[in-house]
Formats: sequence, C-alpha cells, structure tokens
Amino acid sequence: MIPIAHYLILGGLLFAIGAVGVIVSRNLIVMFMSIELMLNAANLAIIAFSRSLNLMDGHVFVFLIMAVAAAEAAVGLAIIIAIFRNRETINADKFNLLRR
Amino acid sequence: MDIRSAAIDLGLISPEIIILASAMVVLLLGTVLKSRGLMAFLSLLGLVVGLVLVLQQWSQPQSGYYGMVLKDNFSVFFSVVFIMTAIITLLMARDYLIAKHIDRHEFYTLLMFSTVGMMLMAGSTDLVVIFLGLEIMSVPLYVMAGMNKIDPKSNESGIKYFMIGAFASSFLVFGIALLYGASGTTDLRRIMADFSFLKMQSELLLYSGALLVMTGFAFKVAAVPFHMWVPDVYEGAPTPVTGFFSVGPKAAGFAALLRICVYGFSGMAELTAVFWLLAVLTMVVGNVLAIFQNNIKRMLAYSSIAHAGYILVALTAGGEGAVSSAVYYLLAYMFFNLGGFTIVTIIDSRTGSNSQIDEIKGLAGRHPYLASLLALFMFALAGFPPTAGFMGKFYIFSEAVRNGFVWLTVIAVMNSLVSVFYYLRVVVAAFFGKPDQEFSPVSFSPALFIALLVTAVGTLALGCFPGYWLELSQMSMFPII
Repeated sequence: MIPIAHYLILGGLLFAIGAVGVIVSRNLIVMFMSIELMLNAANLAIIAFSRSLNLMDGHVFVFLIMAVAAAEAAVGLAIIIAIFRNRETINADKFNLLRR
Repeated sequence: MDIRSAAIDLGLISPEIIILASAMVVLLLGTVLKSRGLMAFLSLLGLVVGLVLVLQQWSQPQSGYYGMVLKDNFSVFFSVVFIMTAIITLLMARDYLIAKHIDRHEFYTLLMFSTVGMMLMAGSTDLVVIFLGLEIMSVPLYVMAGMNKIDPKSNESGIKYFMIGAFASSFLVFGIALLYGASGTTDLRRIMADFSFLKMQSELLLYSGALLVMTGFAFKVAAVPFHMWVPDVYEGAPTPVTGFFSVGPKAAGFAALLRICVYGFSGMAELTAVFWLLAVLTMVVGNVLAIFQNNIKRMLAYSSIAHAGYILVALTAGGEGAVSSAVYYLLAYMFFNLGGFTIVTIIDSRTGSNSQIDEIKGLAGRHPYLASLLALFMFALAGFPPTAGFMGKFYIFSEAVRNGFVWLTVIAVMNSLVSVFYYLRVVVAAFFGKPDQEFSPVSFSPALFIALLVTAVGTLALGCFPGYWLELSQMSMFPII
C-alpha cells in the first residue's frame, strides 16, 4: 500500500507545474493545457483522499470536475479559435489592445 | 429554526428549473424563428416567473437533495438580487445589441444559464455544489465577454476572462480537495461542527485548503492582488455585459464567501488578519487607480474593485450584524451600479463611441433628465446621502467600529473620500464640460426607461427609507448553529 503522502506530493507537484506553466507560457493552448494539469492534480488528490478515507463521494466529485473541465475546454477552444480568426496569432503577448 | 428536508423535491428548485427551461426554449426557438424581440420577451417572462417563485420561498427555510440545496432567507435574498440583475441587464442590453449588430438569442440564453449558476452558489453549504454553481455561472460569462466576435477587443476580453477564470477555479478545486482530505466531507456545516477536532488532527491540510479556496474566490470577486484582469475584461466586453459582470458574479462570489467564512471557517481567527489586509489593499488600489482612468468603463471597473473592498471590510468584521450589512450593501450596489451602467450603455450605443469620459461632455444640455440620473448614480457610488450608497457604507462602517476595527474603518472612510473625486469628474463632465462637437442625441426605448426607473427608485428607496430594507437584510441572515 502506497502511503497517502506520496499521492499528495505528486498532486502538489503537478499543481505547481501547471501554475508555473500558466504564468510562464505565452501560447494560449499551452496555458490552457497547464490549467487542465492543475485540475487533474486536484482530481488525483481527491481520489487519493477518497481511497484512504474509504469514502465514495470523492469519486463522484471527480467525475463532476471532469465534466466541468470538458465544458471549459469546449468554450475555451472556441474562444481561442475566434481570436485566431481575427488576429492570426495565439501569442498572449500580442493581446494588448486593452490597457491603453 | 425548523428546516424541512426531503431527498428529492422539485418544488424546492422550481425557480431554477423555470429559468433553465425558458433558457433552453429560447435557445431552440431562436434557431427557428427570426424574431429576436420575441426571444427577449420570452426570456424576460421566464426570469419574472422565476422571481415570483423565489419570492414565495421567503422565510420558509427548506433543504433537500440530502442537504445539498438549502433555501433559507439568505439564498432567497441573493436569488432575488441575481434575477433582478439579469432582468435589468436584459432590459438595458436590447438596444445596445441591435446598435452593435450582435443581437443574438444566445445572449439571453447565456444570461439565464449564468443566473441559475449564481442561484445554486448562494443556495448551498456544500462545497461541491458551490463549485458547480460557480462553473455554471462562469462558463456562460466567458462567452458573453467575447460575444462581439468581430471586435478584437471583445475577443481579448473573452480570452483573458476565460484564462483567469479557469486558473482561479483550479485553485478552488485544489483547496476543496485538501479540505475534503482534512475532514472527509465537503459540507461546510459538518466541517464547522467538527472544527476543533479537525484542527488538532490535520491543521496543515485544513489551513492550506482554506487559503486556496480563499484565493479562488478572491479572483472571482476581484480582490487586490488578484484583480489585474478586471479593467481589461470590463473594458473589452459589450457594455451591458460589463454591467452584469460588475454585479452578478461579484454578489455570487460574496454570497459563497460569506457562507464559507461564517459556516466553515469561523474557527480560524487567523483569517481575520488575511481579510484585513485584503480589504485595505482592495480599497486603496481600486480607488487610487480609478482616479487615473479616462475610459469610463475602466473607471467603473476600478470602482467595482473598490466596492468589493468595502464589502471585505464587513467580512473582516465578521458576526451577524456585519454579514447583514454586507447583504444590504450588495442589494444597494446592484441598484446604483446597474443604473450607472444603463446610462453608460445608452451613451455607448451611439455609433463611433469609445466610452471615454470626454464623450459625456454636453450630456446635460441635450438630455437634462439623463444627466440628472447619471449624477444620482454617481453620488450613490460615492456614498452621498440620501442615496442607497450612503446607508450601505454607513451600516458597514458602523458594524466594523462596533466589532472593534477602528483603524480599518478610518482607512475605509478616507478611501470613500478619495472616490468622490473620480465620480464627481463624470458629473462635472456631463454638466459643465464643453463638447468639441455637438452632442449627438441618444435613442430611448421603453425597456431602457423601465431599467432606469427601477434602478433610480431602488437607489432612492434604500437611501431614504432604509428601515424596511435593513430589516429584510437582517432577516436574511442564515442561522449560525
């Protein structure tokens, strides 16, 4: 049996990698993938807790989060396509029309 | 208080069902029928029926779905605020959408989906339902921000809101995961009941989970230092959508935050210091940066940050009185902020408008009544008596002093004074500014007239006759077990 701490360390690392990825990356698709990584780190932590506490509701929660992530992906990619049609770029640094 | 509870009770969520159903009817009918006016009317009908059904639930606390949905006075009060926000946004949006050639039926559908999400957020003590409500609220908002597809500014607003929103939700989910690990439940009431035991057993998990959840919500309510996205998103989005952003999601975020702080984390005295700092930073940064804005939408964006700061003062003070003062302030804020945005929308509907403050010059000469209403809403935002803004601030500050937060109140009052400057700047431009060219007239419709009437009457009623409304906000306090 792998102790719960190992799952948590992995989850925390994935979450940190995702957070750094969002901040460092300039490509919208990579930023979006990093956000998905953060959500999945949370999923991992919930499943690990759910197993170690012998509770089933964590499993259900993970399915809900996955459904939400899918909905977010649909909307996010649609917005990215809309912006690419107008600007022909997905580099976040180029989106500086506002803030002037 | 006796709370009736049933496992599955459709009557309990009938307002949500009605609004969802009319959203779907509008979505489907809109693909077949060409009349957008009919779609707007159907949406309005759905929202009004939902409002009536919500009002029936007042002072009959019920819960259902195994304690996951809670319809106490608190959630009813907030549901009324959300539905009213949606109705006023719908009324003010119609002419703007036609003028900008983005009159699509999806707008009404998304508005109603988002409203349902907010109602779920305010109507639960379970973190899973709060999270789901938050996402049901946010995902339509991302689309609404980017709705003007051919406008690059609207695109940018949508993508920025989406990235920040999704980023914030992942913090929230990770926080919920840690809280779940610490307590074995996602119900805030159960976390609170076992709090002292949990604190002994797994303090680190509990506190880091609480901080991550707080971070997630701080993004949503735009507290400094998690506010950078606000001015950009508010400027780029279509103006009525900006009005909706500045009231609906903010009120929903605070509703969830109030529940979480008062139910779940009331045992964490250390959080008071965090909130103190957040409140001060939010007020100071919001008010100071608002001074330098020339774009009225950006100015109102910073002003909405500052108002979030005043509500955070109430959260810092804690206790029943402070919570009801925050509730009262959010109701008042809905009226005068949406009123202000209605007028900005009317001015923005003219072709070639860029929502600069200079464009308001000469408004009083052309439309004296509109200019007076603008002055009323700006005075309310600045907190002058006898408007709702004054009573709201007075109530929050007096509760903060009563709970011993004197310095915080002093900072808040000073910030309030600073804010007078930039609000008055708009009024001065409207009444005394010399326009470069003739002020091109704006068009009026009955819908806009109703929106202005409701917001103006609300602003004055909450300011002149506060007793009744204060009593309502005190009744909407949830029971602290």
